[in-house]
Amino acid sequence: MNDAIASGRLMARLVDLKTIGYRLAAALAICLVLAAASDVFLTTNNLLNVLRQASLLFLLASGLTLVILTAGLDLSVGANIGMSACIAASVIKLTGSAMLGAATGVGVGLAIGLLNGVLVALMRMPPFIATYGMLWVVHGVTYWFMAGTTIYGFPAAFRALGSGYFLGLPIPVYLMFVFLALGSFFAQRTTYGQEIYAIGANREAARLSGVPIAKRLILVYAVSGAMAGLASLVFLARMNSAEGDIGEAFTLPAIAAALIGGTSLFGGVGTVSGTLVGALILTLVLNGMNLLTIDASWQPLVTGVIVLLAVFFDALTRKGGDGRQ
Amino acid sequence: MSENSIATPPGTTSTFSAELRRVPGVAWILGLLVLVFALASRDFLSAPNLLNIGLQSVILLILALPMTMIIMTEGVDISMGAVLTLASVVLAWVLAHDGSLPLALAAALVTGLAFGVGNGMLVALLKMPPFVVTLGTMGVAQGLALLATDGQSIVVSNDSLQAVYAGSFMGIPQTLLIGAVVYALSHWLLYQTRFGTYVFALGGNPDALGLAGIRANYYLIAVYAFGGLMAGLAALILTSRMSSGHPTAAIGMEFDAIAAVVVGGTSFEHGNGWLFGTLLGVLAVGALRNGLNLLTVASSVQVSCIGLLVIVALLIDGFKGKK
Repeated sequence: MNDAIASGRLMARLVDLKTIGYRLAAALAICLVLAAASDVFLTTNNLLNVLRQASLLFLLASGLTLVILTAGLDLSVGANIGMSACIAASVIKLTGSAMLGAATGVGVGLAIGLLNGVLVALMRMPPFIATYGMLWVVHGVTYWFMAGTTIYGFPAAFRALGSGYFLGLPIPVYLMFVFLALGSFFAQRTTYGQEIYAIGANREAARLSGVPIAKRLILVYAVSGAMAGLASLVFLARMNSAEGDIGEAFTLPAIAAALIGGTSLFGGVGTVSGTLVGALILTLVLNGMNLLTIDASWQPLVTGVIVLLAVFFDALTRKGGDGRQ
Repeated sequence: MSENSIATPPGTTSTFSAELRRVPGVAWILGLLVLVFALASRDFLSAPNLLNIGLQSVILLILALPMTMIIMTEGVDISMGAVLTLASVVLAWVLAHDGSLPLALAAALVTGLAFGVGNGMLVALLKMPPFVVTLGTMGVAQGLALLATDGQSIVVSNDSLQAVYAGSFMGIPQTLLIGAVVYALSHWLLYQTRFGTYVFALGGNPDALGLAGIRANYYLIAVYAFGGLMAGLAALILTSRMSSGHPTAAIGMEFDAIAAVVVGGTSFEHGNGWLFGTLLGVLAVGALRNGLNLLTVASSVQVSCIGLLVIVALLIDGFKGKK
């Protein structure tokens, strides 16, 4: 093992232990406040609702976390959800097959992710602007495709993906745990994962150590796209209807979840499990606002402030921090 | 080495002939668009329509000029559309509460300036990626605009406000004059002042600038502040045109501005840019939107077309960069 990879792995472990603890404590503190402030918070129904919303956000943000680990960013995930959901919805309507629709949804997400990966890795475009351009292309095509219509009413088998229960827990929660395990194993225990950390920590060192940068970059953007496709299915199944703007509100929360979870925008630092806690914290805050009957117009403002705060702390910890760069 | 890169940042010695030599790329795009739309729609080249393109492009130009400078510092301001929207809401709110037009304009400018300075401080002092910082402030501005209006339009019936967009001075529409003044101001700032020299240097090599003892941070904050201020000014024209402040009026307009800058030949990575290219880029985006409108293409598809235009322009930029 070379230095870049070894230091990446060590850093990942340290950050994991140190940051997850604080963040879980923060989540607990929010829970205590909400339990004191609202009678509804501690009801089974509400807690399951929080878990279900957090799992949807986590599915989206977990793929994004891998991208951010390489010091990149995927701004197209919200638009991706929109297109994947709308095309999956029309395939289900046309063929009546939930399986085919689901496969299409993930496929569309994957295709958008692959395109992002090609633009970033092969065409060497800055990730921000490449995925930002992609956002608007995808957004426009989705609106054109839907032409202002709504597709609604899906088979029960499909809807179970978003609103069904198994052994008392919502099905998305199981998906969350499956992808937490898969994501953590992939990032922490495989060579691929370590190479992704290495690219983010020090790209030049990674390249000199023989990491195939372009291939790994395409991989992370493809995974992020596919996860957006999967998240779109869960959301579609939950909403039971699809419109062109279905995914727009997701981009900022997904980035916020990863940042709150301790993933650094500078790359090389962060974990998938941290993102899970980040998604949980953000969902708790939004749920709490809901319970305290704070107007929904506050949500973009609050999410924006949370992103800025997370970015702020990211900068602070790096300044005092690990001595890189 | 590093001092060299400060002494001769690319483009600072830009003369008119040097600018002219760089015309081809964006001029081809503009010419091609004009040709296609002239063939596709007989109204496109009519005098009223050309004036219309000019009028509609002024807001875009006012955003795209500071955006050019921001991108030259290897930054970006995604919050511009949302800040413009918020400033427009503020302007309409002051007028609806019997404030005078100068007071309303001042309030809009201060709103824009506050966000610009905020963006600049977060980017310059905390060294955070501009994309994410301005994404956060975009959410804040958007949220404030929604909260201030409850999601509704603030309609204003104010004669002096309407006169801003509809009026003309010595036969020239005032809106075009405002655009010309902002262009002249930006040109002066970028090519004639110390501020402009540092804008070039910030993109080229900010570390060297810091080592040379220059308070690079102040200039970086000033660049974003200029962007916010111009978003506030654009709010005057937007509100005048619509006779109202609407909480989603200019959401996403920053993308048109970024598109105009990129199509105009300013690079995201090499720290060089030019304002005349941005002017042509603005006209290209304006012509594209107008032409697609004439052909009754849905505005969603227009957005996709602009997105493709950006990606193509970036690809060309990438190939140029490799040489």
